[in-house]
Amino acid sequence: MQEILSCRNVMVDFSGFKALQGVNLDVKKGEILFLIGPNGAGKTTLLDVICKKTKLTAGTVLFDGKISLEKLPEYKIVHEGVVRKFQAPSIFIHLTPFENLEIAMKQKKGLFSILLAKMSRLEKEKIDSLLNKIGLFDVRNETASSLSHGQKQWLEIGMQLIQEPKLLLLDEPIAGMSGLERTKTGELMQEISQICTVLVVEHDMDFVRKYSTRVIVMHEGKVLSEGTMQEIQENEEVKNVYLGRSG
Amino acid sequence: MIKKYRQGAYYGIFFLFLSVAPFFLTDFRAGLLAKFLCYGIIAVGISLLWGYTGILSLGHGVFFGLGAYCMAMYLKLEASPSGIPDFMEWNGITELPFIWTMFKNPVFAIAAAVLVPSLIAAFIGYVTFKNRIKGVFFSIISQAVVVVTVTLFIGAQQITGGTSGLTNFFTVFQVPLTDSGTKTILYYVTVFTLFLIMALSFGLTKTRFGKILIAIRDGENRLRFLGYNPTGYKVFIYALSAAFAGLAGVLFVLQVGIISPEMMGIIPSVEMVLWAAIGGRFSILGAAAGAILTNSAKSYLSESYPEFWTIFLGALFLVVVLYLPNGLAGLVEKVKLRFAKKEKKEEVKHAGDSLVS
Repeated sequence: MQEILSCRNVMVDFSGFKALQGVNLDVKKGEILFLIGPNGAGKTTLLDVICKKTKLTAGTVLFDGKISLEKLPEYKIVHEGVVRKFQAPSIFIHLTPFENLEIAMKQKKGLFSILLAKMSRLEKEKIDSLLNKIGLFDVRNETASSLSHGQKQWLEIGMQLIQEPKLLLLDEPIAGMSGLERTKTGELMQEISQICTVLVVEHDMDFVRKYSTRVIVMHEGKVLSEGTMQEIQENEEVKNVYLGRSG
Repeated sequence: MIKKYRQGAYYGIFFLFLSVAPFFLTDFRAGLLAKFLCYGIIAVGISLLWGYTGILSLGHGVFFGLGAYCMAMYLKLEASPSGIPDFMEWNGITELPFIWTMFKNPVFAIAAAVLVPSLIAAFIGYVTFKNRIKGVFFSIISQAVVVVTVTLFIGAQQITGGTSGLTNFFTVFQVPLTDSGTKTILYYVTVFTLFLIMALSFGLTKTRFGKILIAIRDGENRLRFLGYNPTGYKVFIYALSAAFAGLAGVLFVLQVGIISPEMMGIIPSVEMVLWAAIGGRFSILGAAAGAILTNSAKSYLSESYPEFWTIFLGALFLVVVLYLPNGLAGLVEKVKLRFAKKEKKEEVKHAGDSLVS
């Protein structure tokens, strides 16, 4: 399989604290790759580096074999098709779910294109069908602040989907969700992986076991081990630093 | 659907009131109202910039002043038969400075009154927003711009008229400014301009662009990760609101007959923000009404209680800040919601009754 993203020797130094100490990691096209590891291992920092929320100190992040993401501003990385979902739901609470999706939708996002933008029938159908998929059609015209936590998370995943990403970065997508909501999110994720590659940071081992195609374990700013969940679970080193702790 | 209809009704009542007001007011009061309408135009721009986009500018006095000065220069030239304004003659200037010669043309003067403020805003906005300076830091910069501009205008006395500003105008397009007919026409021109500005702004908030403005206010960084570069949007809305203020300046100078550096200083700049806050910065209509009501209250209080009026006004500001974060428009909304809830409850009750019986 072909690599969609290659991180080479990525280092991040927060004025003395080395959050990432030379990460080498490849994401293959079409997989659901989980990043796991103890707190402070640098998982979220790695996502931050990929989407340029954090600047790397050294190394390269190559997307699609040719684009150096570390040289682009945030919004241009999005234009390349790399889309990030943050841990806390960060939807726009004073807009409705419909409006949230409307502005997230893949389109020309420059000032003049938006000033002249008119909702076409095709766009409306696209938004409506996505609203149905994420189960928010009935509340599409409520303000988003009145949604439940789970609904907010789905709305945000919807906002990532409607951008038609090539690579989706998810940070703890099921944190704070109930059992039923988790299952639904997992199914949604599998559906997403049909159209794009997914890189997920997650702590919940059952969730990882169920939905991962491959797992990478990080520890103290480095990649410790990689493989299928089964292989990871049998790895002694991993057991020592991480899995062993939870018994 | 009902909501849309209601909004339209509010706007209808507002403009109906403004259209008939001159018939019930003395000339003096009508003149004051005309002045407040100019302030309303500024407040609409502030609502777009602050209420919708979350950018607090404490320097809109400058844009208002620049617009007013551009128009005043034309009026002053028309009022100077020798071709050189009186204050320049007192300063021993015998030839009209180049920058003034262009303002002989009224079309140029009015265009400049709108373009100069918006270009300056676009420049300041680009430099600050591109470098991701926002919040309080932007507000402070906007205040600094006021201080610099006022100082420059006072300093360049030979061409600006110094602290006394520009005044003593007689005619516009050869028509006497003090004629009651001229005044009435100017009043309705102002009402119509306010209408256009409000319609444009209200329309803008309903478009996709308007939703982006709200998104910038609620989470600018978040918007970046959706693929937007907020800089252009912020520069645009800042420049647009500056253009509104400039246009308000034109209408102001035509009807009030004076503009001086003091009128574009820090205090008026802060007051402009207060009008929008009191009326409701999240509502275009609220902000415009806020400008008119606040200033009416100010002039009423200062006439009735010449010694204490500032205290009353201060108390009014405090009440709004503490209890009405969404201004008067927010209060109307709240009252309406309470009534709506009551109605709903009663409906449920009736439904319950019919079930029992």
